[in-house]
Amino acid sequence: MALTPSDVADLAKLARIELTHAELEHLAPQLEVILDAVARVSEVAADDIEPMSHALPLTNVFRDDVLRPSLPREQVLAGAPASELDRFRVPRILGEEA
Amino acid sequence: MNEILRTTAVELAAKIKARELSSVEVIHAHLERIAAVDPDVHAFLHIDGERALQTATRIDTKIAHGEHVGPLAGVPLALKDVLTYAGAPTTCGSKILAGWIPPYDATVTRRLLDADVVIVGKTNMDEFAMGSSTENSAFGPTHNPWALDRIPGGSGGGSAASLAAFEVPLAVGTDTGGSIRQPASVTGTVGVKPTYGGTSRYGLVALASSLDQPGPCARTVLDAATLHAVIAGHDPLDSTSIDAPVPDVLGAARSGDVAGMKIGVVTELRGEGYAPGVEQRFGEAVELLSTLGAEIIEVPCPHFVYALPAYYLILPAECSSNLAKFDAMRFGLRVGDDGEASAEQVMAATREAGFGAEVKRRIIIGTYALSSGYYDAYYGQAQKVRTLISRDFERAFATVDVLVSPSTPTTAFKIGEKVDDPLAMYLNDLCTIPSNLAGNASASFPVGLAPEDGLPVGLQVMAPPLADDRLYRVGAALERTLVGQWGGSLLDRVPELTVVG
Amino acid sequence: MSESTRVDPVEAHLALRQAQHGHGQARDTVPYEEAVAAFDPVLGLEVHVELNTASKMFCGCSTTFGAEPNTQVCPTCLGLPGSLPVVNALAVESAIRIGLALNCSIADWCRFARKNYFYPDMPKNYQISQYDEPIAHDGWTEVVVDGDTSRIGIERAHMEEDTGKSLHIGGATGRIHGADYSLLDYNRSGVPLIEIVTKPIEGTGAKAPQVARGYVTMLRDLLRALNVSNVRMEQGSLRCDVNVSLRPSAADPLGTRTETKNVNSLRSVERAVRYEISRQAGLLRGGGRIRQETRHWHEDSGVTTSGRSKETAEDYRYFPEPDLVPIAPSRKWVEELRGTLPEPPAVRLKRVTSDWGFTDLELRDVISAGALNAIEATVAAGASPQSARKWWLTEVARRANEMGVDLEDAGVTPQQVAEIQALVDNGTINDKLARQVFDGVIAGEGTPTEVVTQRGLTLVSDDKALSVAVDEALAANPEIVEKIRAGKVQAAGALIGQVMKAMRGQADAARVRALILQKLG
Repeated sequence: MALTPSDVADLAKLARIELTHAELEHLAPQLEVILDAVARVSEVAADDIEPMSHALPLTNVFRDDVLRPSLPREQVLAGAPASELDRFRVPRILGEEA
Repeated sequence: MNEILRTTAVELAAKIKARELSSVEVIHAHLERIAAVDPDVHAFLHIDGERALQTATRIDTKIAHGEHVGPLAGVPLALKDVLTYAGAPTTCGSKILAGWIPPYDATVTRRLLDADVVIVGKTNMDEFAMGSSTENSAFGPTHNPWALDRIPGGSGGGSAASLAAFEVPLAVGTDTGGSIRQPASVTGTVGVKPTYGGTSRYGLVALASSLDQPGPCARTVLDAATLHAVIAGHDPLDSTSIDAPVPDVLGAARSGDVAGMKIGVVTELRGEGYAPGVEQRFGEAVELLSTLGAEIIEVPCPHFVYALPAYYLILPAECSSNLAKFDAMRFGLRVGDDGEASAEQVMAATREAGFGAEVKRRIIIGTYALSSGYYDAYYGQAQKVRTLISRDFERAFATVDVLVSPSTPTTAFKIGEKVDDPLAMYLNDLCTIPSNLAGNASASFPVGLAPEDGLPVGLQVMAPPLADDRLYRVGAALERTLVGQWGGSLLDRVPELTVVG
Repeated sequence: MSESTRVDPVEAHLALRQAQHGHGQARDTVPYEEAVAAFDPVLGLEVHVELNTASKMFCGCSTTFGAEPNTQVCPTCLGLPGSLPVVNALAVESAIRIGLALNCSIADWCRFARKNYFYPDMPKNYQISQYDEPIAHDGWTEVVVDGDTSRIGIERAHMEEDTGKSLHIGGATGRIHGADYSLLDYNRSGVPLIEIVTKPIEGTGAKAPQVARGYVTMLRDLLRALNVSNVRMEQGSLRCDVNVSLRPSAADPLGTRTETKNVNSLRSVERAVRYEISRQAGLLRGGGRIRQETRHWHEDSGVTTSGRSKETAEDYRYFPEPDLVPIAPSRKWVEELRGTLPEPPAVRLKRVTSDWGFTDLELRDVISAGALNAIEATVAAGASPQSARKWWLTEVARRANEMGVDLEDAGVTPQQVAEIQALVDNGTINDKLARQVFDGVIAGEGTPTEVVTQRGLTLVSDDKALSVAVDEALAANPEIVEKIRAGKVQAAGALIGQVMKAMRGQADAARVRALILQKLG
């Protein structure tokens, strides 16, 4: 599983982590080793096996459409790195809204 | 050492209720101990002393007025810093959350508070619960009280160390791949991972949602069982929590009767990579169970060899998504906001500065495993392997009541020894991971010290989902006999920690 | 084209790019009729519906519109570390009912999935949605345009959560471009959404814009009848993205499609589709290629502009949501819900057709104006079908067009229209005066009755006052009086006109006529 620093850079971009050049160089071989190891899962012929998401076969867990108290606004904004007009203030957004 | 510190939680609670001791003096004694030894042990990231004493005072008053209090009322407890406790910092061992004070309590926290337990502080951990040594904490490692140059296990090394250092008699940890059990094993304490869904994850900062479980940590089996009964149970705020009564863990812990139990030894969890002392003590403990009336059976679990690879695909995938919320927009660290940089740039710079190396590794692997074109081969395939491992357990539990293995292949290794070798570090979880993948209940109990280094060895018991009580039955049996053999708790042999100041 | 036969390829390329990127009318847009003559349009419509549940999709916060910012949030919808989602049962019920109303199959077993991408209005930086296991799929519905029925395939309807709302500060237009920073309000984060996606809509030809509008109108009416949403496009509880592609003919493979957002009203749907067809035809005619991109509709200028073109599609890394368990609606539950459905659109259409007695043409007009609901409600409030039709398609439609809004947003309710007709019926006002009543109601002056009083629009029914005016008119026009006495009764018309003028229209013309003739014997 050949993972170049450039591949790692692409993944880091998807994951919004600005890795340094040194980190990219350092990580690529480490990740390659790990990926080779985990690739063992493909050894198991599991075509007809259902994937498992949960230990217990729970289904249909719902809540009724009733109101529960929201957080007081001061608490909502308390941890905010920046706020203005009772809203979270964030730097200018480049991307279009999806 | 103050005798209060050597008293079990259950005994302390009884004395407090009987007013032979006050909660305040109990808390004081433990806070003093923490102040004395934690500069060396570094189990704690935050001490909530003032609030703890206020709580203790309130509990003493309640008792004086004859009001009802819980079974562990007035007893101090340490909470792994991955569980939210309103008003106290929750860092998850990471710079990205340094100083974050959550506005809400985890359900586990709420249950502890409602049970009148006194939370004295938050304990150290590998960053975002990723690790087996607590060396990945952004705030420095925790030191194993058995030997300060050794790791206390991870990710919940702080919780386990706080018990072994007699800083607290109770702790709550979380276990995703062994983070309660492996630290328990290398510190000579008891650590239990309930059945997945047995304890609420609401307020547990998620690592791998389908694997995480909060659980009780203590020095004795009965203490752990009592704590288990307090924190476990259905929570409507957690869709994955089990809507069924908590198994009778207390009854099982008190009974400790294994006569007639069928105990399966997992064939695959032994041999190469396992320290001789670990295998020796494990073998002795199994032999002991046999003399107590249990039937020992070899049980092959052929797909367990795929557990580690499957785990290191599923976990990174889920965590890459779970950790996306740490983006500097609403809480936590914000780096690079100079008025020019875009939100995207600030996110990327913050995550770069705020996450440690292991976290970055796993996020990248997870992003890769989920990306289009790779999903089927990696994450998809790993989830199928998970089914196969579950079936191994099902097949096993059709013939035995519990499975046993060493909790981890080695005793506590030296701090720094495996930090540069991620794969070597991952191997610490070899024994514990299968239970997380299948979701069944599992625990580690101390079974002795390895002859070669005098360090604790743990035996892992695994029980079918919802049969958590069987863990305690086996653990109690071992404890009763071994403590008798040892002439006291294993932890009596922890070296005296140099008292600072 | 210029008289020179030699065209500089670089210049041509630049001109084309300018047309592609520029705001305002693209120079190479081909007239619509030409566009649909040369190409076969294929549509895809994605509609997002905000459900009217009291609480959010995954937590108990209120969904009330218009609350103070960040007062309806909790750890779950704020995406705080440690928070967990729990599914709102009513949202699931609504999703199933919507699916059934669209003739979909309801999944036996399905899951939520995480759609992973980073954006500040999405607190977890993933949206809990459904990916390859939607709760409803493979349905159909019918849309009637100018008497022709089109069957539209429904690909899927699935559940997901809404995002927070951003305010972009510092830019010229309040939009994201050029903004200095943004402010986030998470009240809307976590509100339940149902996304309804059509299968490709083919074979509509020149009627594509009307079919698109007809579909969204029909869907809006259906959702309202199901009582699952307020479906107010201008409030954002019904959102529509239109996908348009062109191909030379129906035999050809599908062309590259564009997705257009910010289509905030029914008329925008029609206009945006129409514009996109013209624009794409112009591009293709000029030898250009359609870029797969998201575009933004501008209602004021009537054009779409390019959003940020994505060279590669975003990789959302979908995987099943591990914090939630699968949904397996029992067939019993599904059948129970089927019993709660309102009558299907086709059946309703048949019923109103026979009940109301409209001609085919009248019905067509009603449908294409999207007035079916309004008329039905007006009839329910007591008006006759014909009068209801008259008012909605004349007075209200005219004003809606002037204001550039949909019929139902013109500012008058079906109950008010019925009241106006009732005032005409009981002789308080006449049709002409009614127009002023519409003015008053829309201006917010009050109910129709209040407007009549406040503006003094009551028909004068008092014969004495009328008599005075008639006498004055008679006195002022002796020649006309002669003509009438001579037998030319039609000449009374002019007199009536004068009396009406004198009465400022507040007279019943027939009564005036009667009085005139009476006085002249």
